[in-house]
Amino acid sequence: MENQAVYFKGLFSKRLKHSSDMLSAESPFTVMVRKEVADHVRSWRFIVMVILIILTFIGSMYVSLGMIRNAVANEKDPDHLFVYLKLLTITDHTFPPFHIFISFLGPLLGIGLGFDAVNAEQNNGTLTRLLAQPVYRDNLLLAKFTGALIVISVLFLSLGLLMIGGGIIITGVPIEPVEFLRILGFILLTILYVGFWLSLSICLSVVFKHAATSALTAIGIWLFFAFFYGFVVNIIAKALLPDNGFMAPEQALAYNNLLLDLLRIAPGQLYNDATTTLLMPSVRSLGPLTMEQMAGAIPSPLPLKESIMIVWPQITGLIATITVCFAVTYRLFMRREIRT
Amino acid sequence: MENPIIELDGLTKIYGSVRAVDDLHLKIGKGEIFGLLGPNGAGKTTTILMMLGLAEPSAGTAFVCGLNATTNPIAVKRKVGYMPDSVGFYDSMTALENLMYIGRLNGIPEEQTEVRARQTMEMVGLAGEMDKKAAAYSRGMKQRLGLADVLIREPEVIILDEPTLGIDPSGVKEFLSFIRHLSRQQGLTVILSSHHLHQVQQVCDRVGIFVGGKLLVEGNIETLSRNLFGEESFTVVVTVRDPLPASWNLRKEVEQFAAIRNINVSDKSVEFSCTEDLTPDIVRFFVEKGLNVMGVHKKEFGLDDIYQRYFENNLKKNISDGKSGGLFQRSFFKKIKTQ
Repeated sequence: MENQAVYFKGLFSKRLKHSSDMLSAESPFTVMVRKEVADHVRSWRFIVMVILIILTFIGSMYVSLGMIRNAVANEKDPDHLFVYLKLLTITDHTFPPFHIFISFLGPLLGIGLGFDAVNAEQNNGTLTRLLAQPVYRDNLLLAKFTGALIVISVLFLSLGLLMIGGGIIITGVPIEPVEFLRILGFILLTILYVGFWLSLSICLSVVFKHAATSALTAIGIWLFFAFFYGFVVNIIAKALLPDNGFMAPEQALAYNNLLLDLLRIAPGQLYNDATTTLLMPSVRSLGPLTMEQMAGAIPSPLPLKESIMIVWPQITGLIATITVCFAVTYRLFMRREIRT
Repeated sequence: MENPIIELDGLTKIYGSVRAVDDLHLKIGKGEIFGLLGPNGAGKTTTILMMLGLAEPSAGTAFVCGLNATTNPIAVKRKVGYMPDSVGFYDSMTALENLMYIGRLNGIPEEQTEVRARQTMEMVGLAGEMDKKAAAYSRGMKQRLGLADVLIREPEVIILDEPTLGIDPSGVKEFLSFIRHLSRQQGLTVILSSHHLHQVQQVCDRVGIFVGGKLLVEGNIETLSRNLFGEESFTVVVTVRDPLPASWNLRKEVEQFAAIRNINVSDKSVEFSCTEDLTPDIVRFFVEKGLNVMGVHKKEFGLDDIYQRYFENNLKKNISDGKSGGLFQRSFFKKIKTQ
């Protein structure tokens, strides 16, 4: 820095130049993340998404608060003592619980925050200008991802904490540490899930030059996995697999597991599996269980560690898909021509 | 050249089968204003991107400020300011915010960012428009903001890609004289790419003409014109009031001047091409002949003529070589003629 200052002698006051040696500047990455967060928070599309999510949150909380008395009194339910988990999961079947809503709205939020991350910069001519600064090229991608992830995390964390706080005020029941950890796990999972759609849409924003194309492709992928994928897998399974009635039990079990594994390619399925297990402690398995496996089991809630063990493959799967999307984005972006 | 600040050695960039930049050797000295001239698609921007390490050369090396731009781009980008041809800003931010963002990215401490940004804005003459949204900026203002963007980090070299594109003529003049002033005052090295020849001519110390990825020629304008036009480097046009008598045999009469190579007579004017400056002699000759001289114009060869001459040569060569590049050059040739 010092030798550069020579060329601008007298342009900027001496006082400033002296102090520049003492002050340390932020790293370019932090600066970029800060700008991304500011951009998201001020953008209309984020505000609209947040309003939508907050409305569904209030809606589902309203419904479950109305039913919480009956749910907690229901002694047949092994989970009936977990008031706060019940708040998140019970429903009167007219309004779905919050985690089901998020499995639909989460992708939209992720896509909304990422679909024009890179191509908008390129189309506006800001990409060349940005990369002509002394910053590493991958810092841009990383900042885009981190910035949006910070925004999402803050949103869901504050919603979760608001729910707990509101619950304490309304019901007067203190929260169990296990419950708190489970809810925290649910929030982290939600962030991961939205993070997957975010990284997918950032990847598409590198692939496609036009923001509209990348948004539509991302929404197409989301719709495919949300509505058609299960349908397609079932049709193919029906056509290819023999009829259930003619199969030995072991064979039927094997086919059933295969079917479930195929369905779990969809990230929405992974998310649903994982949230159900975390929010309903009595869930012991995500697939079919044989009678021998069930023998001697008492219908009681599992400890947190066991629940996490059950959903560990799902969590790993989500992290893996995020990593794959991110790696593809890197591969495409790092050596690409940045000219408009 | 002693210690060039930019040294390109055999720089080559190949896109598929196209050689966008072909074996480029170039040295640019410190404090120089160098003009990269050439038609669109000649490889100017590609060369610039390689100097900044934003594109990887297929062969050869680019050294900027003694650093290899391909292997050490961050260090190079700290010393080089680059203004792209279609400079864009974040529309949702004000001009000052845009500039402060760039300042922060360049590691200017937070406490000084705003002061520096304001000073730079004042320097480029945007003091009154600082708090306007960048979206409300006109093309010329954006160009100035782009320059502020380059200057805020106090670079050693500034590279301007088509800086005059889309600005009105008076704006261009102001912009270029500002750049020249800046370069002279602070010893900045400036590289300017353009296809507007006369504009570049006003400010550049040296120019390089680029065609089809090759640097055809480099040097200052006088040298270029002497090399090219050789003998006929002085042209004098004399205009008279009354039409010249058709019977008058001018050719014979001016034989006394050995330096005259060619005479071109039209209705009221005569064009002399000569090897030395004969303007006073020719005027005296006309006056002695009793002709009413209305005007005398000494033509100096500008870049336009140099450019055109190079194209002519190149065109002929390409046609005889049967190269496909000729088609493109021909269409460009037509374009500069109609300008």
